[in-house]
Amino acid sequence: MALKMVKGSIDRMFDKNLQDLVRGIRNHKEDEAKYISQCIDEIKQELKQDNIAVKANAVCKLTYLQMLGYDISWAAFNIIEVMSASKFTFKRIGYLAASQCFHEGTDVIMLTTNQIRKDLSSPNQYDTGVALTGLSCFVTPDLARDLANDIMTLMSHTKPYIRKKAVLIMYKVFLKYPESLRPAFPRLKEKLEDPDPGVQSAAVNVICELARRNPKNYLSLAPLFFKLMTSSTNNWVLIKIIKLFGALTPLEPRLGKKLIEPLTNLIHRYVWQILLCSLRTVLISLSSGMPNHSASIQLCVQKLRILIEDSDQNLKYLGLLAMSKILKTHPKSVQSHKDLILQCLDDKDESIRLRALDLLYGMVSKKNLMEIVKKLMIHVDKAEGTTYRDELLTKIIDICSQSNYQYITNFEWYISILVELTRLEGTRHGHLIAAQMLDVAIRVKAIRKFAVSQMAMLLDNAHLIASNTQRNGICEVLYAAAWICGEFSEHLEEANQTLEAMLRPKVTTLPGHIQAVYVQNMVKLYASILQQKEQAGDKEAAQEITQLMIERLPQFVQSADLEVQERASCILQLIKYIQKLQVKEVPVAEEVIALFAGELNPVAPKAQKKVPVPEGLDLDAWINEPPSDSESEDEKPKTIFHDEEQRHSKPRHPEMDEEELARRREARKQEQANNPFYIKSSPSPQKRYQDTPGVEHIPVVQIDLSVPLKVPGMPMSDQYVKLEEERRHKQKLEKDKKKKKQKKEKRGKHHRHNSLHTESEEDIAPAHRVDIITEEMPENALPSDEDDKDPNDPYKALDIDLDKPLADSEKLPVQRHRNAEALKTPDSEAPPVEKKSKKPKKKEKKHKEKEKDKGKKKEKEKKVVEEEEEKKVIRGVMSSSYGPYLLLCFVLTYDIQGNLQNDSQVTVSVIFENKSTSFLKSMELNVLDSLNTKMLRPEGSSVHDGIPVPFQLPPGISNEAQFVFTLQSIVMAQKLKGTLSFIVKNDEGSTHEKLDFKLHFSCASYLITTPCYSDAFAKLLESGDLHMSSIKVDGISISFQHLLAKICFHHHFSVVERVDSCASMYSRSIQGHHVCLLVKKGENSVSIDGKCSDPTLLSNLLDEMKETLSTC
Amino acid sequence: MIKAILIFNNHGKPRLSKFYQRYSEDTQQQIIRETFHLVSKRDENVCNFLEGGLLIGGSDNKLIYRHYATLYFVFCVDSSESELGILDLIQVNLLDMGYAHCFYYICTYFFSLIFYVHNILAEMVMGGMVLETNMNEIVTQIDAQNKLEKSEAGLAGAPARAVSAVKNMNLPEIPRNINIGDISIKVPNLPTFK
Repeated sequence: MALKMVKGSIDRMFDKNLQDLVRGIRNHKEDEAKYISQCIDEIKQELKQDNIAVKANAVCKLTYLQMLGYDISWAAFNIIEVMSASKFTFKRIGYLAASQCFHEGTDVIMLTTNQIRKDLSSPNQYDTGVALTGLSCFVTPDLARDLANDIMTLMSHTKPYIRKKAVLIMYKVFLKYPESLRPAFPRLKEKLEDPDPGVQSAAVNVICELARRNPKNYLSLAPLFFKLMTSSTNNWVLIKIIKLFGALTPLEPRLGKKLIEPLTNLIHRYVWQILLCSLRTVLISLSSGMPNHSASIQLCVQKLRILIEDSDQNLKYLGLLAMSKILKTHPKSVQSHKDLILQCLDDKDESIRLRALDLLYGMVSKKNLMEIVKKLMIHVDKAEGTTYRDELLTKIIDICSQSNYQYITNFEWYISILVELTRLEGTRHGHLIAAQMLDVAIRVKAIRKFAVSQMAMLLDNAHLIASNTQRNGICEVLYAAAWICGEFSEHLEEANQTLEAMLRPKVTTLPGHIQAVYVQNMVKLYASILQQKEQAGDKEAAQEITQLMIERLPQFVQSADLEVQERASCILQLIKYIQKLQVKEVPVAEEVIALFAGELNPVAPKAQKKVPVPEGLDLDAWINEPPSDSESEDEKPKTIFHDEEQRHSKPRHPEMDEEELARRREARKQEQANNPFYIKSSPSPQKRYQDTPGVEHIPVVQIDLSVPLKVPGMPMSDQYVKLEEERRHKQKLEKDKKKKKQKKEKRGKHHRHNSLHTESEEDIAPAHRVDIITEEMPENALPSDEDDKDPNDPYKALDIDLDKPLADSEKLPVQRHRNAEALKTPDSEAPPVEKKSKKPKKKEKKHKEKEKDKGKKKEKEKKVVEEEEEKKVIRGVMSSSYGPYLLLCFVLTYDIQGNLQNDSQVTVSVIFENKSTSFLKSMELNVLDSLNTKMLRPEGSSVHDGIPVPFQLPPGISNEAQFVFTLQSIVMAQKLKGTLSFIVKNDEGSTHEKLDFKLHFSCASYLITTPCYSDAFAKLLESGDLHMSSIKVDGISISFQHLLAKICFHHHFSVVERVDSCASMYSRSIQGHHVCLLVKKGENSVSIDGKCSDPTLLSNLLDEMKETLSTC
Repeated sequence: MIKAILIFNNHGKPRLSKFYQRYSEDTQQQIIRETFHLVSKRDENVCNFLEGGLLIGGSDNKLIYRHYATLYFVFCVDSSESELGILDLIQVNLLDMGYAHCFYYICTYFFSLIFYVHNILAEMVMGGMVLETNMNEIVTQIDAQNKLEKSEAGLAGAPARAVSAVKNMNLPEIPRNINIGDISIKVPNLPTFK
């Protein structure tokens, strides 16, 4: 034995180890990929060897390759093998590899459960430690559920090293298995007062993470933390606790008052910068609730200023970070430091500049918006590096558009800023600018005229923007420009010129979706020109413009983009028709313009979601019973939102109940009347403009549009800044005058208008009477914020009330509990093994049975066929005749695997593991043959002879032996009784022992996962010589994905095709039966239709499947 | 929470990567590339915090890094970690003590650097949360584990170590002295083969 080991390690010397691999990769710089694939081949060879050291070495190398980006999931099973090595050296390598590459999708991860449990209870603390560390990286919901109890036990381990790890990993367990939080919480709380500082800090860590997401459940712990804070000297713990208090105080203002004093003490006590920083931040957030602490806030801000002015860049950064926190609660106190922040914008460090930008966002007011944006624009010009410039761009837009354009007083200025931004090269945010243009033009009616003129100019200069279309996203603005010009064409002064600009051949180089908008909007333009000309009686000009369209449109008809092509050819036909009518001198303009009648209202993005479901409407009910199962899919209850769609579509459906409509309209009007922002029912914007009294008092600046328009390039926003300043000045003068006159009530359009403070920013009335139309929402929209929350938020599940007493049903599943359940199912996949001892006189008999389905993946060299195997564990704990204290533990693990070469043989691999302290030898395995299934014995031996196991087992060792069985028919599941006899040898002598077991051959174990293409699959189904059967299982809560994985895994199927919640699956038996499945998932049930060349096999398979699924 | 710990060299070649959230191998490489791209273009004397990694986490996330000799040590963390605290962790634990320590170990136990650093990290950070900040405690645990490993290797390990030692012989770069900041560590002499 020892010789063999030495020999093994001598062989091993000449294998590549990790250093060789690393060195090799360095030496093969030019053909690295080739070298690595060669190495992977070597590793595959090494993994096939029995020597665990060789395997560990191979896994070691794989871990390195994984870091370089190579997928090593194929070696998952080998990693588990290394994990289960008895030596710590290998175990550590195995767990490291597992932590790097295992995840929830790794199917063999189920196999690790027992191994991990074993390691967790290992007497060696480092085995336990390494298992915990590994588990923390790849814990899955299943593992969390199965191991939660074991980890809970470890939380009270004698060694602090284990305790702290166990405490910390509980957080991961909670995340994956939220039910464990309540039962584990009392112990977690206990650990806050653990004598070991490491354990204490781990507990604080876990609770802080938990509380960060759902602070309200942890308020009751505040006194405890308060105590900890005043007594602890560990800086890490202090930081965590302070952060925790930061989260708790907003919920409990009284806490804040209590905290102020100790925190101030802490500031005096500690010089440590880290602490100082976080302390300040929290102090600030604490006092936010209390108005009388504004003095201390001022002090803090002063201190922060010193930090920001510090030469250390890190402190400067943290200072700005803290500042942005104060900004949220005390904007006023920060605003006085605007100079400092603007100075930081010039910093060479991007992180600091970004922080400063963030601060700016909160500092703008009506007064300083223009100034700040002007500064930012200068930075945009100077900025090197597109990321920073893009960041600036988004910030400018964010700042301007925040809270519904609250700070913008002059939208002309804003539009010109947007137009200026289009000059940026290589920005990714073209669509953002476009969206802003559209938003402003649609919602601010007064600005449309100006916007249209600017957009027309953009279109005219399209060649500047579109010169390098493919590279940058800025051409997106043309999308907005074209749409605005088309939709609001009545404001266009030189429509002809714009139309021609849109028809330029260069346009065809733009991206497809923009061209499509071009095509659509040139018709709108055309329609309005036509109307103009006809009204003027200029028939010739009208025909000319039609001719122009007919000449130029074909270039779009030839477009490669389908959308453009379709629109263009449709419109071309329309215009040809118009031409015909024109020749006959029929006036057409009215009818053409009618195509685009009506106005589009902005609809809030969430409007559709907020439409309440009318009472009595069941969205899941069928409107018409589906005729048959197969056709039901395309019948979606689409018409539910009919009512909603009608309101937004321009032509009203006549069949709508008139009375109902009228009633609703009335209600809506009433609602809108109460909404100061909602002014839209008036016939035309200009008209209302004049209607409104008091308009004359607002000095509308006569902007000389010709100035910016005649600049050949783009407009200059600076001019607007100057104009705006003048305007404000004038306004102020006027106001002073008016004040003297008094009394003339000025009806400011904004409710925030207020004439008390002369200098207040609210005084600045907007240049235009701006109607900011709020986005339309459906009536009776449910006012809910819930849609802002992510339903998949993993932390939501942890929002659990921790103060309720623990119910019995909430206890953590102990492993026995689950087994008992498994026992109840009469025909579960792997039946527990009956264990009997020959001598019935034992005093304590433990009966522990376990079964666990396991699987592993193997790669067959040439075939793509992947075989899934099933692993079954038989664990018997046997008290032997050796006296009451000796427990003999023997574990059998077996898996059944179809033999591809021989259609009537299966191989059963059995892993024998000796868990006792005695030596086991002369093992013989015998199985009682049935008519159908026989064990393949060596020639000449009788049916009653057992097959000797070719090895002996020292304590703690496991080994594998294979037995071949021949079968006649595979259509039925089989159970074979067997006996394992062996001799137990220890210091006191040796005895003969026997272990009875049952081998379960399920039908699924005769199936071999075989890939199948959908056409072959369809052919197979059509052939008609398959028998059909189906089952339905209710109460399935797992996801469809998971469900399919389960079927694939347990029953050796492969997915042929998957559409939504319907999938077809295929498998083949070793005797060549085809099995096809159609799996459909309903609300919480699953129906499986199966087709198979053998009806018995099919029904047995379906029964097994039902069994598996019903445990889901 | 710490989302990931990355160590790569001046050319962006990963030397160690530890992700505490699941990403596919391709995404992991992209994250490393992106992080390298962000970090490498920064000057030496700017702050050690960085925002803007798009792939990992998003807005709540920060990169905290240190550039040391030829290596970048980067921690991707979310807002619940203290910035200076993590920086301290990198500085004190990983660099000052760990780095010197691990050179020592490469020389004596023929450990591979990557596994050694992984072991330190495992004692320091677990599942994305800081486990232990006391360096003495970490070193004690690591030493105990290595001793255990060495005792396991016993007879069988000797030839492998010998070969490994021979392979390492031509390594010219085993340093005699390590100077980090104002700390100077003398590397012990190589032990003779056992």
